[in-house]
Amino acid sequence: MMGRVLVSLVLLLLAGPAWAEHPAECRVAEQLIERDFALPHVIRAIAAKQLDILVVGAGSSLLPGANGAKDAYPARLQFALAEKLPGVTVKVTTDVLARRTASEMVKSLTPALASAKPALMVWQTGTVDAMRSVDTDQFRAALEHGIGIARSEGADVVLINAQYSPRTESMIALGTYAENMRWVALQQEVPLFDRFSIMKLWGDLGTFDLYSATKKLDMAERVHDCLGRLLADLVVESAKPDEPHAESGR
Amino acid sequence: MIKLSTERDLRLDLFRGIALWLIFLDHIPSNAVSWITIRNYGFSDATEIFVFISGYTAAFVYGRAMQQHGFIVASARVLKRAWQIYVAHVFLFAIYLAEIAYVAHSFDNPLYTEEMGVLDFLKNPEITIFQALILKFKPVNMDVLPLYIVLLLWFPPMLWLLLRTPSLALATSALFYALTWWFDWSIPAYPNGDWVFNPFAWQLMFVFGAWCALGGAQRLARWLTSPVIFGLAVAYVLFAFGIAMTWYFPRLGVFVPKLISDAIYPIDKPNLDVLRIVHFLSLAVITVWFVPRDWRGLKSPLSWPAIVCGQHSLETFCLGVFLAFAAHFLFTEISNSLLVQVIGSLAGIAIMVAAAVMISWYRRVERQGPGPQPPATKPGYAGGDA
Repeated sequence: MMGRVLVSLVLLLLAGPAWAEHPAECRVAEQLIERDFALPHVIRAIAAKQLDILVVGAGSSLLPGANGAKDAYPARLQFALAEKLPGVTVKVTTDVLARRTASEMVKSLTPALASAKPALMVWQTGTVDAMRSVDTDQFRAALEHGIGIARSEGADVVLINAQYSPRTESMIALGTYAENMRWVALQQEVPLFDRFSIMKLWGDLGTFDLYSATKKLDMAERVHDCLGRLLADLVVESAKPDEPHAESGR
Repeated sequence: MIKLSTERDLRLDLFRGIALWLIFLDHIPSNAVSWITIRNYGFSDATEIFVFISGYTAAFVYGRAMQQHGFIVASARVLKRAWQIYVAHVFLFAIYLAEIAYVAHSFDNPLYTEEMGVLDFLKNPEITIFQALILKFKPVNMDVLPLYIVLLLWFPPMLWLLLRTPSLALATSALFYALTWWFDWSIPAYPNGDWVFNPFAWQLMFVFGAWCALGGAQRLARWLTSPVIFGLAVAYVLFAFGIAMTWYFPRLGVFVPKLISDAIYPIDKPNLDVLRIVHFLSLAVITVWFVPRDWRGLKSPLSWPAIVCGQHSLETFCLGVFLAFAAHFLFTEISNSLLVQVIGSLAGIAIMVAAAVMISWYRRVERQGPGPQPPATKPGYAGGDA
């Protein structure tokens, strides 16, 4: 993670004006978006001009308030993808409920996938498991089970790890859960949207003051907007069929 | 009966002191300085070093006590030590409660609604505090001392066996480790899950340290000087380094055959994964290769701060946990700039050294003063603590 941050800092210095389309505050984390593994179902869906995505998540996929659903990253993902994929109908549905562990989310996965029939399942998890110190074997088994269900329903998977939350860092042991998610992602060849490192980079560079004790929503909204945009980058990046350095076989 | 050497190996103090510093740096959340710690570059981390050396010194100190004063007296000293560690743990828990009660009071950012749920346990202090006192509820980074307590409770019979037939004792420990993996033995934690460091597994590292102290190290000497073993150790450490790099650069993952990644993951820290043991052993082989017992650097003023910390490990460890809380508080309330992180980390280590020096001085004064002399076997300034 640290290495990636360093690399991105160096790249940031080398390449300045290449990314004009993003709001400035998101840009700094763009180098953390890498094409690790391809998304074959998304490639086909884009070719067919109809991309359906299901976001499965817990409380950190939500924002409070009347406009919460509109401003949270799943809706921002739909907006950003529609912008990046002209001519493709993008529809993001959500199965999001606060305080759910990975294994609790797996329980509602089959009906949610059956009704949304997505080409891609974006799965945010890990925070609640860490807070409740769920057994890591169980956590990993739930991740593998969920990825298996999504694949059998004809969907690709992108995992999203926990938020970087500096104030609660000494209370939630995210480390082991983040590690296990990374290992499952590598083993299952699933892209991992490294929300933790992205937000950590924003925090380190002062893009957002994540230590802030503010009760207002404006920063949270901008963070979610940026997350949605970067997530869209990852999806599009991983769905490019003919990258010269595409890692098809391993 | 094993004949114990009387001279303490300063290398142990040096590396335990360094391990204590690394644990401190790793315990500060979001600390940029923790890039330098070994856990980022391989499978094992400073915990293995700390537990191994603690086992080594416990055998060294209490082994002599058991030979001179018998099983009962030595066991009583071990249990007294376990009690001291328990008191220290509860004291640290009180500081932890104070910190998070403050955070709960002052923080309500809508971005982190989910994360704030971790403070819910403050709503039932009667349950939480009780669970903490029986060592079932353990906050983040407060898992090492409870592990140490259980290891010490188990130590008297193990030490008795180690002093008679060391190989049988080590074999018993290894068998226990294997059975733990086979039957999934563990200690439940509150509110969920199991202990972060499973004592049934980690006892192997402690007993192995004790075994080395009681003559095992001499028996291993022939292997430790073998270039073949050294080569294997270097190769394994490089392999672990390569794997660790794929955690930071997932693209490199394509160079790891699926067969290998299926075999190594998950690397089970709670149960002291074999990969971690081998990584620790490899690091130990490499260290012993470059740092012989009479290494000149041990007398150098540069090694001295770490050696002093290593000689007073319980106090230094507890202080380190407290300082990590304090550093997090500093980053949260004042500034988390890189400069503050570096200064905070260095200042924390300086405070740990200063405290260790003061404890050394105090022990020396106590011994010279009037009143009953401490028992000759009591670990003191020259020998440090178990």
